[in-house]
Amino acid sequence: MKKKNRSVVSYNKWGYIFLIPFTVTFIIFQLIPLVSTVVNSFYINYRDGLETVVKFNGVQNYVKIFTEDHVLRNFGNTMIMWIMGFIPQIVISLLFAAWFSDPSLRLKGQRFFKTVIYLPNLIMAAAFSMLFFTLFAQEGPVNNIMESIQRLFGVLKEGEAYTPYDFMAHTGSVRGLVALMNCLMWFGNTTILLLAGMMGIDTSLFEAAEVDGATSNQIFWRITLPILRPILIYVMITSLIGGLQMFDVPQILTNGSGQPNNTSMTLIMQLKAHLYSKNYGVGGALSVILFFITGILSLIVFKFNGRTDEYGKA
Amino acid sequence: MKKRLLALSMAMIMAVGSLAGCGDDKPAGGDPTQAPADNKTEATPTEKPVLNEDVEVVDISEEEEGKVLNIYCWNEEFKSRLEDHYPGYSKTDATHGKIGDIEVVWNITANQDNAYQNNLDETLLKQADAAADDKIDLFLVEADYALKYVDTEYTMPVTDLGIDLKELSTQYKYTQDVMTSSDGTLKGVSWQGCPGVLIYSRAIAKEVLGSDDPADVQAAVKDWDTYKATAADMKKAGYFMTATTNDTFRTFSNNVSIPWVNADKKVQIDDNIKKWVDDTKEMFDAGEIKSSADLWSADWNSGFQRDGKVFCYFGPAWMINFSMGNAPGSVDEDGNPKPDDGTITFEGGWGATEGPQGFFWGGTWICAATGTDNKATVADIMRKLTVDKDIMLDIVAKDSDFVNNQPAMEEAATNDAYAFPVLGGQNPLAMFANGAKNIALDKITAYDQGCNEEFQKAMKDYFDGNADYETALENFYAKITAKYPALSK
Repeated sequence: MKKKNRSVVSYNKWGYIFLIPFTVTFIIFQLIPLVSTVVNSFYINYRDGLETVVKFNGVQNYVKIFTEDHVLRNFGNTMIMWIMGFIPQIVISLLFAAWFSDPSLRLKGQRFFKTVIYLPNLIMAAAFSMLFFTLFAQEGPVNNIMESIQRLFGVLKEGEAYTPYDFMAHTGSVRGLVALMNCLMWFGNTTILLLAGMMGIDTSLFEAAEVDGATSNQIFWRITLPILRPILIYVMITSLIGGLQMFDVPQILTNGSGQPNNTSMTLIMQLKAHLYSKNYGVGGALSVILFFITGILSLIVFKFNGRTDEYGKA
Repeated sequence: MKKRLLALSMAMIMAVGSLAGCGDDKPAGGDPTQAPADNKTEATPTEKPVLNEDVEVVDISEEEEGKVLNIYCWNEEFKSRLEDHYPGYSKTDATHGKIGDIEVVWNITANQDNAYQNNLDETLLKQADAAADDKIDLFLVEADYALKYVDTEYTMPVTDLGIDLKELSTQYKYTQDVMTSSDGTLKGVSWQGCPGVLIYSRAIAKEVLGSDDPADVQAAVKDWDTYKATAADMKKAGYFMTATTNDTFRTFSNNVSIPWVNADKKVQIDDNIKKWVDDTKEMFDAGEIKSSADLWSADWNSGFQRDGKVFCYFGPAWMINFSMGNAPGSVDEDGNPKPDDGTITFEGGWGATEGPQGFFWGGTWICAATGTDNKATVADIMRKLTVDKDIMLDIVAKDSDFVNNQPAMEEAATNDAYAFPVLGGQNPLAMFANGAKNIALDKITAYDQGCNEEFQKAMKDYFDGNADYETALENFYAKITAKYPALSK
């Protein structure tokens, strides 16, 4: 009895030792910045020229965020662009994952396609965004193609001038481009995650369903999806947090302006605007608010998806 | 459930923590006991200070020179000026060179997203504690934000480098006005002058106006009303007056009667800026301006192509050289003639004329950083590049730049050897010289860069029809106060 206890204790010791690197990194790079952000959010703290201005400011920074800083507008923009990108992303990913994991389809070249769909994620978002900016410029290839098509089908008469469509001057097209880019960049990643989840499902369940005469539609909706729920929750929460932090794509595409008329301005782009003058006060307050928004939204998703049902505990 | 919540909240702390990381490279809360330093920066000039000529020149001949000369700048321009024109400079590699025994180290950070100034600011703030060889010795600034550095102790008066102000008498006055601090000391010098002109496509001028002679073109653009009438003619002939809505901005913003920011740090809109908005909106709606894209974008320089259909650009000498690009018949680094790249430039198809209003744009100034251990070398670079007539005429001949030397420019203006190949052999120097004398820079503030950029961005929404003027103006105020928290509406 005594001997057993001692061995447990010594194993515990190793557990703690192995945790040290993580804990130290976490405290230095996450916890301290986090606390200092909260502290900063109660101060005026910015650069004016080469001078740093520091002064206690109470909750005025928070008041400012809601009165002058359009936090709700930016939050709305962020969510709209995230949803516009996420819905096609999850649909495409589910479809691909279902195809890839279905042994009866015997898809050829699976490895090749799995690699290819993941590739857009390997490009830097900034480079991807720059590429789209150039593609969709008024003098860019997309407008050239649109012109050629219109000429080909006689929409544009001989000698008639083509008016290029300014993608950057319309709310729908800017948001659409941002959503398209996010979707293209992330659907491969989501597919791989969902695929891993689907491969983990016991094939005897599918076989049993087939024996009972279930259609493949029924199998998908009644077996695959419910068992996939934990993975889906994970995908949704990570994507939501990533979506709230949407920054690089719209920043580069609109050169930081959130044009047109601030309809593509995201929360983090606004944060970046504050950091121009190293405004840690207002920037900190915005970060803290973002922290709470992230927390609340994650809880909602979590609650919504986490309920138990007839297929067992999720 | 509790454990899950805990795990979830930990995950969120980490996610947001990674955000916090980018917002914070200072210790918690700074130091609240530290006195607010904003009382020192109240000197936003309403009246531009007059240069105090009566300063004692410091004798530095006894001081020992450091081994390393650190130069901070944002592109290759100044480096190529030193490499090509400074006697005794030898190139070691892309970022290193030598002047005698002194090693020259180039620290080049691109301007994009304010990276240059961020880098410079951080290094300057640490200047006092840095080792002698790591200190910045020389850095470059632009007019739009020059005051941010000039009015601090981080820049050295040129007299402290042993330069007598009398030596600089050949320079254009406005180039010294920019660098004069609020107490009247000169903090930097420039080798170039940047008076702007209207640069037009000769082919389009011939077709629509019947002549490509600068004097005839000038008659068609002599004031803003005539300019607008010409724009309508261009539109009829299937051409655009300018490539973007922002092309004319500088001509208006340089002719203002009040600065962007007043003494109470309130942002104000001058009537002439408003006129720019009204005129541009009118012309853009009429289809006389090609696009509302930013300057430097692909849509902007599409007019450089022969089929670009853009009549004119507004710019100073450096734009002719740097943007309009490679002169025809000239040779690349290997000595081969440059290929026909399809641009108007290749045929020397540009012309230049004064345009509706005088203006200036850009320009680079050399500042000595306080704490430099290479005062003599920095002073010599300043003398050679900004005073020495022979070297400066060399710069004109080789780089088609307009230099900051009145006698030299007046001489070159009448000499056909200094004609610009890009302009089809026209010599625009007389025009520039005339413009440089008339530039007034008494309305600049330390915040001009942000004001100019954000105002143009905000007005794009108005031009595109996505916002009315009031909304666009509100957006501008919101952006500018976020960019410079010290300012208010």
